[in-house]
Amino acid sequence: MLMTWIWCGLVLCAIGAAMYNGTGAALSAAVATGAQAGVQLAISMAGAICLWSGVGRLLEKIGATGWLSRLLRPVLHRIFPSTKENPALAGHLSGNICANLLGLGNAATPMGIRAARELAKSDTANDELCRLIVLNTASIQLIPANVAAVRAALGCQTPFDILPAVWVTSLCSAGLGLCAAWALGRVWKRD
Amino acid sequence: MIDYIVPLILLTASLLALKKGEDGYHLLLEGAEDGLKLLLTIVPSLIVLLTAVHMLRASGAFGLLENWAAPVFQFFGIPKETAMLVLIRPISGSAALAVGSEIMSTYGVDSTIGRTAAIMLGSTETTFYTISVYFGAANIRKTRYVVPAALFADFTGFFVASLTARLF
Repeated sequence: MLMTWIWCGLVLCAIGAAMYNGTGAALSAAVATGAQAGVQLAISMAGAICLWSGVGRLLEKIGATGWLSRLLRPVLHRIFPSTKENPALAGHLSGNICANLLGLGNAATPMGIRAARELAKSDTANDELCRLIVLNTASIQLIPANVAAVRAALGCQTPFDILPAVWVTSLCSAGLGLCAAWALGRVWKRD
Repeated sequence: MIDYIVPLILLTASLLALKKGEDGYHLLLEGAEDGLKLLLTIVPSLIVLLTAVHMLRASGAFGLLENWAAPVFQFFGIPKETAMLVLIRPISGSAALAVGSEIMSTYGVDSTIGRTAAIMLGSTETTFYTISVYFGAANIRKTRYVVPAALFADFTGFFVASLTARLF
């Protein structure tokens, strides 16, 4: 239902702005060009998306998540202290984070949900669960394949040149998000 | 150096699969088939949402929003042209993809604005959707500070994306 509300809101805003600006003719032309642009973008993105989900499958099968989780173990113990006593939780958590890093969205969510269920003790979110959510909403991805596909589809010659910028940005937002969660966790004790 | 990262990932993954005795080529094909299925789930929403986005652009709604948002955005050094993307990113992933791609094509993929939009898309997530999936699955009713903390992370992402788009 949420998307219906968003859709209605967007169209309403467009019609309202067109009346205010007197751009009715452009508005009705945009209905056709927008749909066309959707198909064009989808077709030009198709190749890159398929190739990268192939590479994702390869990385999954050769055990790339395993190596990454060994690398990340020290960090994981710091952010989620209860992983020290609970190896199953440590497995789910590192699986979730590593799958996110490799852009394997389909693999990341089920593992993240298992970790969240393991962490949840009552119907109130505890600090570690909040940190898991913040890490997942901050999206740390080594290869942002979908965005690169959009850029390539729009004629960019070097679609992957945003990689360093994306890494720095993701690290900052995940790091500062965790700091905010840590600071808020000290003062926000109830509900 | 950066030019070799992606091709080397392709090569290394394939060679390691070979070493492990996995049928790498077949795995690539399987993944590509999954990619087609994924695409099939994105395309309908992309068509519908890009229609709305093009209507918003043509009607001048984006211009109005940018003018309203300009004082706040300029204060933080975020390009005001990304206002719609910043607003919709935490709510809907497919709408953000539609808005982001429209911004990239309008201002140019290699322009500072286009790059900022791409970096924002690549380094943030659909926050509210993620929160609802995880808390729904774990039966959490009292979310405490998770929404402000996650939104702070998003804001940091938008802010840093505007910086890195110019620096890198």
